[in-house]
Amino acid sequence: MDKFEEAFNKIIEKDRKVEPRDWMPEKYRQTNIRQISQHAHSEIIGMQPEGNWLLRAPSLRSKQVLLAKIQDEAGHGLYLYSVAETLGISRQEMIAQLQSGEAKYSSIFNYPTVSWADIGAVGWLVDGAAIVNQVSLQRTSYGPYSRAMVRICKEESFHQRQGYEIMCSMAFGTAEQKEMAQDALNRFWEPALMMFGPHDSDSVHKGQSMEWKIKRESNDHLRQRFIDRTVPQAQYLGLTIPDDQLKFNEETQHWETGPFNWDEFWNVVKGNGPCNQERIDHHIAAHKDNEWVREAAAAYAAKTELEVA
Amino acid sequence: MEKGDKVWEVFIQKKSGLAFKHVGNVHAYDKKMAIHNARDLYTRRGEGRALWVVPTEAIVSVPLDDSDAFFDPADDKVYRHATFYEIPKGVKHL
Ligand SMILES: [Fe+2]
Ligand SMILES: [Fe+2]
Repeated sequence: MDKFEEAFNKIIEKDRKVEPRDWMPEKYRQTNIRQISQHAHSEIIGMQPEGNWLLRAPSLRSKQVLLAKIQDEAGHGLYLYSVAETLGISRQEMIAQLQSGEAKYSSIFNYPTVSWADIGAVGWLVDGAAIVNQVSLQRTSYGPYSRAMVRICKEESFHQRQGYEIMCSMAFGTAEQKEMAQDALNRFWEPALMMFGPHDSDSVHKGQSMEWKIKRESNDHLRQRFIDRTVPQAQYLGLTIPDDQLKFNEETQHWETGPFNWDEFWNVVKGNGPCNQERIDHHIAAHKDNEWVREAAAAYAAKTELEVA
Repeated sequence: MEKGDKVWEVFIQKKSGLAFKHVGNVHAYDKKMAIHNARDLYTRRGEGRALWVVPTEAIVSVPLDDSDAFFDPADDKVYRHATFYEIPKGVKHL
């Protein structure tokens, strides 16, 4: 072991942070690039299902709120692309990987948002699950990633609350509205739980990521935290969690769920979800549509800036 | 990197009397775009009263491999710290 590797191991062991210019094992770098770019892509693609309701929001207030939330998600994507760039990959490369399908993003965004209640369910469940994950990642060992998580978590708190507020107004509204709220919960519940990834027993990257403290808590551990928080919130709404095996274990003080449909999960990961194609097509189309803007900006910079890259 | 695209480091002063603090970076093609992007990305909730953007390439830093030797002159000068000096008991305000 050389002195660089020794220094790296010491950082991990002492719970300090690895900084961009520190020596790190190539696999640590690649694992971080994969995880952080995937996280960034999720923020960016996640704007699409919500953007779907921007022009149909039921009031000016809800439109303002939804717009502010989507802007935050764009910001999260940009913070995370910046973090990944410190590891030696360019934003352009990452975008190319997203568009070619080489890079993944969270499968939850391959489901459609078919009613206004879905926007409530996304904020409540999807952002709720993301928060549990991101709070844990505040302690990740890569310094820039950890700092981005601290910043993102501060901004996330309103996202989940605005979603739950929508759920309240739907669940306590007319019978039809309540039905829409229940329907949204039915469709988003299991995909939200699967956002935490495979069970610990089947997780491919788990061991090394935990050792390097990139990941601080296991998938199942985080998922359980989310379930325990969310079940009482659903009960308050008077909605039924779509799992007839769900029960509270008095001994462990945890909610226990029935088995998930992992075939469905892997099918969506492999690209066969209801919206996979649409999401990527839309991203590529927007990128192409904006090409003239980038060209004009480059031409303007060449004229006005003293030094251009 | 796309032609003309540059990375700029962003510094924010939260309120008067405080130092500017590095908060991250933005991509932009020119100065004006950089400062606008920095505003939209880093000050959506009144995080600052003043902003600097600096092209990343303009920042000079010490190569990490040299840093031990570079900062070495400070290592053996304990007398630069107040704790180095012994003051008789009972003497105050020192
Ligand atoms: Fe986010
Ligand atoms: Fe969010």
